[in-house]
Amino acid sequence: MARQPAPALHGAQHAWLWATAALTLAPHGPYLPSWLGIAVLALMASQAWRIRREARPPPRLVVALVAAAAIAGVLATYRHFFGKDPGVALLAILLVLKLLEARSARDAQAAILLALFLQTAQFLNGQSLAVGALALAGAVLAVGSLASLQLSDAPRQTLRLAGGLMLQGLPLMLALFLFFPRVEGPLWGMPADAFSARSGLSDRMSPGAISELVKSDAIAFRAEFDGPPPPPKLRYWRGPVLDRFDGQTWHPTPERIVEQPAYRPSGPAYPYRLTLEPHQRTWLLALDFPPGNLPFARYTPDYRLLARQPIRSRQRFDLMAYPDTPVGLELVPADLAGALQLPPGGNPRTRALGQKLRQEGTPEAILAAAIDEFRRAGLTYTLRPPLLAEDTVDGFLFDTRRGFCEHFASAFGFLLRAAGVPARIVTGYQGGEVNPVNQILEVRQSDAHAWTEVWLEGRGWVRVDPTALAAPARGEGSLARALDASEALPFLLRTDQNWLRRLRHQWDALNNDWNQFVLGYNADRQLALLTRLGFDAPDWRDLAGLLLGSAAGLFCAWLVWARRPSPPADPLARTWDRFCRRLGRAGLPRLPWEGPLAYAERAALRWPDLAAELRAIAQDYSRLRYGADGSTADPKPLRHRIDRLKPK
Amino acid sequence: MTGPLGRLAAGFDRWLFRLRPDEPAPVELVQRRIFVLPTPAGLAFATTLLTLLIASINYSLSLGYALTFLLAGAGASSILHAFRNLLGLRLQPASAEPCFAGEPLRLTLAMDNPAHRPRPALRAQLVGGPVAEFALPPGETTYVTLAKPTQQRGRLALGRMTVETRYPLGLIRAWSVLSPHFDAWVYPAPEPDPPPLPATPAHRPGAPSGHFGQEDFAGLRNHLPTDSPRHVAWKIYAREGPLVVKQFAGGEGGELALLWSELPAHLDVEARLARLTAWVCEADRLRRAFRLALPGIDIPAGTGPAHTTRCLEALAVFGI
Repeated sequence: MARQPAPALHGAQHAWLWATAALTLAPHGPYLPSWLGIAVLALMASQAWRIRREARPPPRLVVALVAAAAIAGVLATYRHFFGKDPGVALLAILLVLKLLEARSARDAQAAILLALFLQTAQFLNGQSLAVGALALAGAVLAVGSLASLQLSDAPRQTLRLAGGLMLQGLPLMLALFLFFPRVEGPLWGMPADAFSARSGLSDRMSPGAISELVKSDAIAFRAEFDGPPPPPKLRYWRGPVLDRFDGQTWHPTPERIVEQPAYRPSGPAYPYRLTLEPHQRTWLLALDFPPGNLPFARYTPDYRLLARQPIRSRQRFDLMAYPDTPVGLELVPADLAGALQLPPGGNPRTRALGQKLRQEGTPEAILAAAIDEFRRAGLTYTLRPPLLAEDTVDGFLFDTRRGFCEHFASAFGFLLRAAGVPARIVTGYQGGEVNPVNQILEVRQSDAHAWTEVWLEGRGWVRVDPTALAAPARGEGSLARALDASEALPFLLRTDQNWLRRLRHQWDALNNDWNQFVLGYNADRQLALLTRLGFDAPDWRDLAGLLLGSAAGLFCAWLVWARRPSPPADPLARTWDRFCRRLGRAGLPRLPWEGPLAYAERAALRWPDLAAELRAIAQDYSRLRYGADGSTADPKPLRHRIDRLKPK
Repeated sequence: MTGPLGRLAAGFDRWLFRLRPDEPAPVELVQRRIFVLPTPAGLAFATTLLTLLIASINYSLSLGYALTFLLAGAGASSILHAFRNLLGLRLQPASAEPCFAGEPLRLTLAMDNPAHRPRPALRAQLVGGPVAEFALPPGETTYVTLAKPTQQRGRLALGRMTVETRYPLGLIRAWSVLSPHFDAWVYPAPEPDPPPLPATPAHRPGAPSGHFGQEDFAGLRNHLPTDSPRHVAWKIYAREGPLVVKQFAGGEGGELALLWSELPAHLDVEARLARLTAWVCEADRLRRAFRLALPGIDIPAGTGPAHTTRCLEALAVFGI
């Protein structure tokens, strides 16, 4: 086969490639180092200019120099080439440079494959509906670019072809998506930076830590209760428990794992399914208090539930909550030394107040007096507390009197410890909102909260939420009502935007479906689906069988579609085709260059007895086809005439 | 390809591609003679998808699975489109210009699309020849001219040809191998620098030929595409008559005799044929009447394209 020089790419093909690359690179923009982002933008702009001007590609030497500079820059930024971020940076640079130097269809195909890699890589940053839609658009453009290398149709037709191919591929995609045996990753160790750090609770608490978090209305987790959810004042989702205070920051005790929780669950039970957004920690943030014997979880002595692996992807857990369970009954005062620890100095005024409260006698009385103190102090709950310098507790309680939940919890815990009552800080989430669309409780970062637990002889650890003393609405689960109207809250948390809230609820419900049914589709769900399809104890062999079966079925259906006869476009052509086939079967096929009259003449020589009829048919057809009245005439009589013809 | 092994290979080839030595025209591309395989770009695409799948498994990217499978679906449906782009195509050799050995043979095929869907991005190629690209609108016939290198004189069978398409994505090549029955004439290559035409034999009085000068009008004949526009009878054409060409008889001599037997003895068969071919062409160019005599063949003196063609054909198949 003679090899011919590959034809150069033309402007429309360059434009297709450019659009594909632009749509592929755009979602990566915020994650690229800024110098690289600017370089990519500049190179894309220059490429757009070159396409408009139909300029020639830059010399290869220039491209090679830019590539070398960019690779050196990536190395300087990340110090290595391994991992997600440098990988994506290199791919982005490669894609743009490939675009710049693309001359032949092969170059273009290489660029398109690079774009496919980048489109998949964007899922490492997030897999929301919007990201999915963007990737879909990018994939359609990539397929369109491939098609544009084969034909030079108008862009709209090429786009329609690409969309049509994707639509026809949809059944196969669904079969693969549902039945391709899912393996739980990772297959090998993941680079440490595989998933970008996401905002969430910290494992320590200093003033301002939680009020920063509250400005985000991102979903932290969702809970789907089988019955009605517990009332808002019971919705405390337990995160890190902190009991060492250094004057500024509360720290957790070193982590210990226990086989089973020390309490015995009692009271009403709330079964629910918790869907956690990834937060890179093992915290399960369960509602107080989970039962024992959960196979996927581990327990800590401070009643938290931990996953066995960090939550790196959205995960779902079947849980129970027993909010009325008494905890810590088994402890003796000797176990509680840690809950009385205070830093050696600082906050003298609070210490003095604690000493005063000590005189109340019993811990119950001291607690009641402390609560009274808080009620009377005229404390204001605000998202924008004034900055406090040295003695943060004193400053909050006696000077500024304005603070957020971490100030309240920290001050309350400090005060009780100063009064000799064991106390500690619990951080986590409080409240959440039931989405009226799907009845799922949504808990956002803005529901992050800190409260205190106080240990009382005979009652164990008792939850006291000092924030609720100053802002009762917060305890009812509404941050918006707890705060002054002038506070800068995330726009969508405001209560007066009702239609917006409704829209938001719809959107969140849609997102939840997306998370559950698309993103959360894993090996377990796959087997559950098979069970529902009627398989007993399904395993991967059933999956493979289903996959092969459905793929084979689809291919047969496609083949039938491809082979379906497609008759000539208009009835008159079909009629003439009939005539030619009839004579052809009798041994006289029409030659491709032969007009109707010439063909009839030749046929008349072969069948002299039919000559008149043959000529008449050809003339009729010519008149219908080419005559002035032809377009409106009915070809049926001609067809009957042809059917009566019996050439031998 | 000789020997039992060669015959076996040729037989396998014929079986695989369902070739008959000479297929009656028109040849229709039916399902079992269309072959589908990935192109290098298709293999690269598949490798990419495999990598993406492994990455999706490793990072548990549900959307990664979805995107990979969607692209796989599009790639798979492109197989069907490539196949369908050839399915039902009808093809028939229409005409071939004779050529001299060593020149490419130019052959025109009628490509017929009986379906009411367009067939874009088609390519056809005779074995060893360049690729011709074409597209077929719905229900239409297009004439495609293919070239094929020639080395030997004689009746050249069209031989094997391929029709292929990489529509729609360039990932899949669907092709069909066929050898429609068709022969074309390949004349012997004319000697590049032949000696002058042999001298006119003794003038015979009364013979009309040869007495006209170069400019002497001898009649009209139908126009051929190769005729010089200087010889077209424009006056007749302007009166809405047919496009005809004025013929001039004469030249400097009378009837020529191009005789095999008169050629120098040291020339072998092919050299003789080359010289005679060159002479026939020269005599035709000068529009002189000539006689051609080969062992066993004697073509009486004549002139005009039909005569020249007859002589060239006789030279082409001499001894074959």
